[in-house]
Amino acid sequence: MSVPAELRYTEEHEWVAIDGDTASVGITDYAAQSLGDVVYVSLPAVGSTVSAGEPCGEVESTKSVSDLYSPVDGEVTEVNEELDDDPGLVNAEPYGAGWMFRVRIAAGPDGEAALPPGLLSPAEYDELTKSAG
Amino acid sequence: MTEFAGWLMPLRYGSETAEHNAVRSAAALFDLSHMGEIAVTGPGAGEALDYAVCGWPSALAPGRARYTMLCAPDGGVLDDLVIYRQAADRFLVVANAANTARVLGELEKRCADAAVRDETAVTALIAIQGPNASRILSLVTDVPLDGLRYYAGAYGTVAGRPAWIARTGYTGEDGFEIFCSPEDAEPVWTALSGAGGAGGAGGADGAALPAAGLAARDTLRLEAGMPLYGNELGPDVTPYEAGLGRVVRLDKPGDFVGRAALAARAAEGPRRTLVGLVARSRRVPRHGYAVLSSAGTPVGVVTSGAPSPTLGVPIAMAYVETGAAGPFGIDVRGKTEPADVTQLPFYDRSKQR
Repeated sequence: MSVPAELRYTEEHEWVAIDGDTASVGITDYAAQSLGDVVYVSLPAVGSTVSAGEPCGEVESTKSVSDLYSPVDGEVTEVNEELDDDPGLVNAEPYGAGWMFRVRIAAGPDGEAALPPGLLSPAEYDELTKSAG
Repeated sequence: MTEFAGWLMPLRYGSETAEHNAVRSAAALFDLSHMGEIAVTGPGAGEALDYAVCGWPSALAPGRARYTMLCAPDGGVLDDLVIYRQAADRFLVVANAANTARVLGELEKRCADAAVRDETAVTALIAIQGPNASRILSLVTDVPLDGLRYYAGAYGTVAGRPAWIARTGYTGEDGFEIFCSPEDAEPVWTALSGAGGAGGAGGADGAALPAAGLAARDTLRLEAGMPLYGNELGPDVTPYEAGLGRVVRLDKPGDFVGRAALAARAAEGPRRTLVGLVARSRRVPRHGYAVLSSAGTPVGVVTSGAPSPTLGVPIAMAYVETGAAGPFGIDVRGKTEPADVTQLPFYDRSKQR
């Protein structure tokens, strides 16, 4: 099970890649393996506003359905339309072709893109998955 | 791995969709050793079981099997069972793992004139299911499978180990269930796995026959329209609601537990009907979701639902009020999704090939 060092993570088992004021979001290898085969991903609409910790979509697998959360406040700029035809990309390449959506991160009081507190480092996320068994 | 009725079982070995597709297109192995096996033996065993269950086991010829149910006096289903008549005076009752203790207790009470013995701990159960199952199993068994009909069984060997080999299953495909001693389970499994590779039937060239877990087992039986105890069946349901009135043998002689209640229910007709639903959206109707009429009023509840690997759309079984007509809406987490009623089963192998 992989936890790439260059990413940040959430307690909802999502990963975030920060590039300037853009956050790319997907679910982790651990999440994909726990869910089993992903059959459908409902993504937020491009242009919609999302809030950190709020559900903005769904991930359906054979056995279950889970909420998809936005890890940051901002506006959705892009979604991975490939997942519509091939949701299995989430299992095959959770950190690559299985990415889900991108958000332009809302600016904080200082005018800089504001990251919410509580994003986990790779080590912290690794620890979380190990304590979850 | 998951905890299942006190057993630690694999939900999937790899991809549950691949495991499902292997059963539909080739074959796969299942470890079903969690199932309960209860032997009912003695000269009075057949008649004792006639009183205990709603079917007619004493009418079975040795070597044949039947799907039946254990009902409460009020007609509610306590478990659904497969009963094998292994010899004139020996029946093997196969129960759901979660219900084995209950079935054992009831059989001990109801079968006064027979010996009832729990053989779960001394019985392993391995299933090979799929269109290639017969060809693969024939490589490692001495039982002539061409002569073994659906719902028949025979004593023989698999990989040289003694076993009861039956042409039964829970997948909607041709296949076999192999009951053997736990010590023999590993060699039997290994032999089947290897024969699957050698027969070229398992998958890639030389690859072992794939194993399939509980997740694939559930989608396979759902596509085949087969009920699952706890979902479609339970103590608040009679066989008639589940569309399985044919298993209630009111025509057999003598009394049996639940007869009066079941006869009354047969006469008045079912209060709810089990229907098959195909979703028009990609959001999956799941166990417990409300079924709504076109006017938006609740008329039923989803008992099982999953994305169907074979059909490529979400499917579900649901109990709806008798007389309610589709198309229905399904309350999928607060948003109504349309679903069409379809004939069960969703998948019928005789219509595919």
